[in-house]
Amino acid sequence: MSAASPSPSDIRPGPATDPAPRGPVARPGSRLLHRMVWLRLSLLLSAPLAWMLLVYVVALAALLITSLWSVDSLTSEIDRTWTFDNFRTLLDNEVYRTVTLRTLGVAIAVTVIDVAIALPIAFYMAKIASPRVRRMLVVAVLTPLWASYLVKVFSWRVVLSEGGLADWTGFGSPGYGLTAVIITQAYIWLPYVILPIFASLERVPDSLLEAAGDLGAPSGLVLRSIVFPLLVPGIVAGAIFSFSLTMGDYITVNIVGGANQMLGNLVYINAGAANNLPLAAAIAMIPIVVMLVLLTAIRRTGALDNL
Amino acid sequence: MTLSPLSRRVLAGLTFGVLALIYVPLLVVVANSVNPSQSMTWPPDGVTFEWWRRAAHSNGAREALVTSLQVAVIATALALLLGTLLALALQRYSFFGKNAVNLLVILPIALPGVVTGIALNNGFKGIMGVDLSLWTIVVAHATFCIVTVFNNVQARLRRMGTSLEEASADLGAGVLTTFRLVTLPQLRSALLAGGMLAFALSFDEIIVTTFTAGQGATTLPIWILNNMFRPNQAPVVNVVAVVLIVFSIIPVWLAQRLSSDVEGVR
Repeated sequence: MSAASPSPSDIRPGPATDPAPRGPVARPGSRLLHRMVWLRLSLLLSAPLAWMLLVYVVALAALLITSLWSVDSLTSEIDRTWTFDNFRTLLDNEVYRTVTLRTLGVAIAVTVIDVAIALPIAFYMAKIASPRVRRMLVVAVLTPLWASYLVKVFSWRVVLSEGGLADWTGFGSPGYGLTAVIITQAYIWLPYVILPIFASLERVPDSLLEAAGDLGAPSGLVLRSIVFPLLVPGIVAGAIFSFSLTMGDYITVNIVGGANQMLGNLVYINAGAANNLPLAAAIAMIPIVVMLVLLTAIRRTGALDNL
Repeated sequence: MTLSPLSRRVLAGLTFGVLALIYVPLLVVVANSVNPSQSMTWPPDGVTFEWWRRAAHSNGAREALVTSLQVAVIATALALLLGTLLALALQRYSFFGKNAVNLLVILPIALPGVVTGIALNNGFKGIMGVDLSLWTIVVAHATFCIVTVFNNVQARLRRMGTSLEEASADLGAGVLTTFRLVTLPQLRSALLAGGMLAFALSFDEIIVTTFTAGQGATTLPIWILNNMFRPNQAPVVNVVAVVLIVFSIIPVWLAQRLSSDVEGVR
């Protein structure tokens, strides 16, 4: 070891290796940055904020304006006079009400199923499993998350269709329809719900649960009055994911749902084949409003920090 | 808290049962990739590697893979840069409108994909007058990937605290030197985790992509979607799917290695 220990010549300050003289006299630009907080902040914020505003906020605003336009039925050109016709159509035509309710129903069903499945699994992973098993389980939950979305939808079609695995094992095929949509969506978004709940459970110290147990609280009471309140942000974060992802999905519905359309399908059809972009924009306002109401309602829970 | 052995066993059974079920559809795809029958009924008729041979020679699949990788790499790089800047600004400073900026970042991922898709489609074509291409996909993907980098970096910054940076400043290092030598090294694994998540999101994204991809740019998910229901191509899609499943293990394994490294350091 003696050869490796620093010889006196190594630690003697020398002109080339000694940072001290440069230290307190930082370059002028750096001094300016240090003094002017607003300058630092605006340098940090300008690029990302410009991106978000120019790309996304402008696009959303334009979408709102487009929803107030209409399409000339003769020329199929966009008529840029402002009108509430599209929204009137949404309100008057029963199809849109049915599809909106169906979409909300499916999104709620998927979210409830996912949270119900995720809670016990996340609890087992975070609080009961040994560290080694826990790591294994995290990998097991994560791997399907990385497998392609289309692959998973496709395989559910193969499993659920007539003559498929579900049929063969005696469960029977649900055929194409809402049941198949709900099963597939619940499957695909499940990892997105397990992970935030698992993360927030991991942060609940074991000692807290032990203390409650030592003081004589039965497990049910501990779960209800200690674990659950601490879990709310994680649950809400997971629920937002599954709810929003279900509401905006049209491909799963196409592949396993057949004719049972959801809002996403109507947006896609009107923007593409039907060539009625203004109506598509107006339909897209429905999920936007639903999500904005939801996001404002849950802001106070602190769940938005967990997304 | 004391759980009875029975409830422990029930929880364990439930967890392993659900996790086993999660893999059933994936195994069905694997089985079908060697199924001689094109109709994909269950059980498979036998074993063949014909589809694997055809998939290996599929130019469409290979080109789509390259496009997907290009898009994901560029979008991830952009998201890393913008997300880190935002996280530094929001975690280390307080300013007017901070909550609004916070909401703005999560909006592209909190709003349903079809909304983000049609808004960007309309924005590119209607307002900017840009033709859809590989670059419009990149811009769209970067926009919703920012939040994953942002979240990872912000969480790390929160845990790091500011004492090391203050010490560095007290010792005379400039703002940029402190960032390069003190802040950035501590952010490394958070950047890697956020970047990997962004890459995966972009690589797999289909809904926003269908609205922002031009004729000339076919990503792998779009190629899969286009070929899924063609009788001659469906088995090849199965093979591509199996390859994707196998390769998806690599990032998960890496992420696990990474997080255990972090635990080791702490």
